[in-house]
Amino acid sequence: MPAKGWIEVNDLYCKGCESCIAACPPQVMSLNKERLTSKGYHPAQVFKDGCTGCAICAIVCPDAAITVYREVTKSAAQLASAGG
Amino acid sequence: MATMTPETLVYKRPLAFTDTPTHYCPGCTHGTAHRLVAEVLDEMNLVGRTIGVAPVGCAVFAYNYFQTDFVEAPHGRAPAMATGIKRCLPDRIVFTYQGDGDLASIGTGEIIHAAARGENITVIFINNANFGMTGGQMAPTTLPGQKTTSSPNGRDVELQGYPIRVAEMLATLDGAGYIVRRSLHNPTNIRKAKKAIRTAFETQVRGLGFSLVELLSTCPSNWNLTPVESLTWLEEHMLPYYPLGDFKVAPSITAAKI
Amino acid sequence: MARELWEGNQAIAEAAVRIGLEAYFGYPITPQNEILEWLSRRMPELGRAFVQAEAELGAINMVYGAACTGARVMTSSSSPGISLMQEGLSYIAGTEIPTVLVNVMRGGPGLGNIAPSQGDYNQICKGGGHGDYHPIVLAPASVQEAVDLLPLAFDLAEKYRTIACLLLDGSIGQMMEPVELPPMREVKRREFPWATTGASGRQRHVLTSIYLEPNDEEQTNIRLLKRWQEVQEKEIRYKEYYLEDAEVIVVGFGTAGRVALSAVRAAREQGIKVGLFRPVTVAPYPYARVAELASQAKTLLVVEMNSGQMLEDVRLAVNGRTPIEFYGRMGGVVPFPDEILAEIQRVARETPEMVDDPVKVWLQRMEAVVKK
Repeated sequence: MPAKGWIEVNDLYCKGCESCIAACPPQVMSLNKERLTSKGYHPAQVFKDGCTGCAICAIVCPDAAITVYREVTKSAAQLASAGG
Repeated sequence: MATMTPETLVYKRPLAFTDTPTHYCPGCTHGTAHRLVAEVLDEMNLVGRTIGVAPVGCAVFAYNYFQTDFVEAPHGRAPAMATGIKRCLPDRIVFTYQGDGDLASIGTGEIIHAAARGENITVIFINNANFGMTGGQMAPTTLPGQKTTSSPNGRDVELQGYPIRVAEMLATLDGAGYIVRRSLHNPTNIRKAKKAIRTAFETQVRGLGFSLVELLSTCPSNWNLTPVESLTWLEEHMLPYYPLGDFKVAPSITAAKI
Repeated sequence: MARELWEGNQAIAEAAVRIGLEAYFGYPITPQNEILEWLSRRMPELGRAFVQAEAELGAINMVYGAACTGARVMTSSSSPGISLMQEGLSYIAGTEIPTVLVNVMRGGPGLGNIAPSQGDYNQICKGGGHGDYHPIVLAPASVQEAVDLLPLAFDLAEKYRTIACLLLDGSIGQMMEPVELPPMREVKRREFPWATTGASGRQRHVLTSIYLEPNDEEQTNIRLLKRWQEVQEKEIRYKEYYLEDAEVIVVGFGTAGRVALSAVRAAREQGIKVGLFRPVTVAPYPYARVAELASQAKTLLVVEMNSGQMLEDVRLAVNGRTPIEFYGRMGGVVPFPDEILAEIQRVARETPEMVDDPVKVWLQRMEAVVKK
């Protein structure tokens, strides 16, 4: 089962270029047409379930506007603390 | 909703960046290139001892975006300025960041000789096939047939000559250490570009010679395409003319297994 | 220290080494190649930075980079090379960092020749590049004076965060004279509060000459101007010879001033009341002193190896109060003392007359003499 991920898009930096939307493998991103950033762009957002925290959006983002999180599964956490 | 703890963080904005939003156009891969350099500086813990040299071009204000010391070079002269800095401060990390007008047009003398001398500096070379800042004029990297504001009927090779392949050209110099071309048009290539930038800075840190990473980049504004369309244009038009690859890797760099 | 026989260019180069030169970037151009060559051996043997650049364009930008780190840095060139450096000089001035330039003038314009000239006075004294700024320009008239002025150039450049230029011509560069060089000093890398050396442990520094906002650029220009005014107030230097009772005052700098001195001495032996005023700083120009001397003299005779460039500064200072005559040689021709003596004799003999255009009058006389 794919990991659950989530992102934060920083309005200060996002220019609504849509590179992340095009690159997102599960295609769960879109521009938020309901709002504008202070510069007048529609910022990117995850608009439906399915984000895996793969961070490909952050890799393509020219503005480093995206912070990416991924749920650490229990076994992965155990491995991390046990390992060295 | 799981808690956001350090183990859950996968990616955040590099510390080597300042808080300043960039002035680059939406989708312009200057931003991506900047980000990769910032990530590498963070990972290699170089911010405190790096001096960047900004070009004249869209990236003229690059010094607003990095937490490092920076100087501003005249158009094309960044490799010479970098030489002056590195010769005086050999233990600092000096990199130039230059566009194709800066490096391949007015700056050809400076880049060739910095490479020939084997200056231990790193050059990040952004190739987006036009003079971006001044409004999209033809550059030495503009493709045959490509329309620009100073080749309105498309670049006519009879009158306006052929593009220059910088990486291949510099790779012929014995003094050059690490000369590669990568692209920024999709995640796989961005990852490879980052690895190349890392290798370039490692080359400098280890004193292994002159490094240059040519990055095929988009210019949505002057190509008159959307950001996503311009990624496709790059793939379809620039890759055939500017092949990706390693054009010069000095044996000492291979041996270092970076 | 003992005096030794040194060639001008080599003496200047060695003097720079001894007073702590940390970096030199240059390019060959006659008549100053010996500076590059001397330093190509000395700098590496002392572990200091030396690069022969791809051209003067590369050299001045290497200087620019080095100056940004706070290193004591110098370059040298001659007329066509200085033209190439003008871009870099303007950037250095706009970035407000110290740099020393040695300018060994030759015949011009264009490729010209390799003979001595003073034809680039305007080029460097009025800026040396685009924009509103003034380098400090020091004009020695002998190898010893060049060696003595070089440490001053570095000190002034650092004190005022500006360009200081040692302005000479091919004859001083090439001649051999007995010289006392300064003792060897250790290189002292100073920490300037603005230098880009790596931001570890402090706020980052950015050195640039861009001020996109016109108001910001105006502030920068005001800052440069105020610093220049301070230089004008405090750093003017000149030498005076036989001026106490002089009725004819010869004004000349560098080699022209030196040759004129021989003529002045010869004229004095003939009982002519003539003296020499020799500016050592041609920028800032000693306007006030020239104005004073103008009220004392019956005539001023400006002697230069150009078509009348410093003449303009003299005219500015004199402001129409006193007649001014001009004698010049151009294109790499160096005047002999007897030519200037003849001029002094003529000027002393004739009734002084205000002329609108001293250059026109001189040229008419000259053409008769220099016809090939």
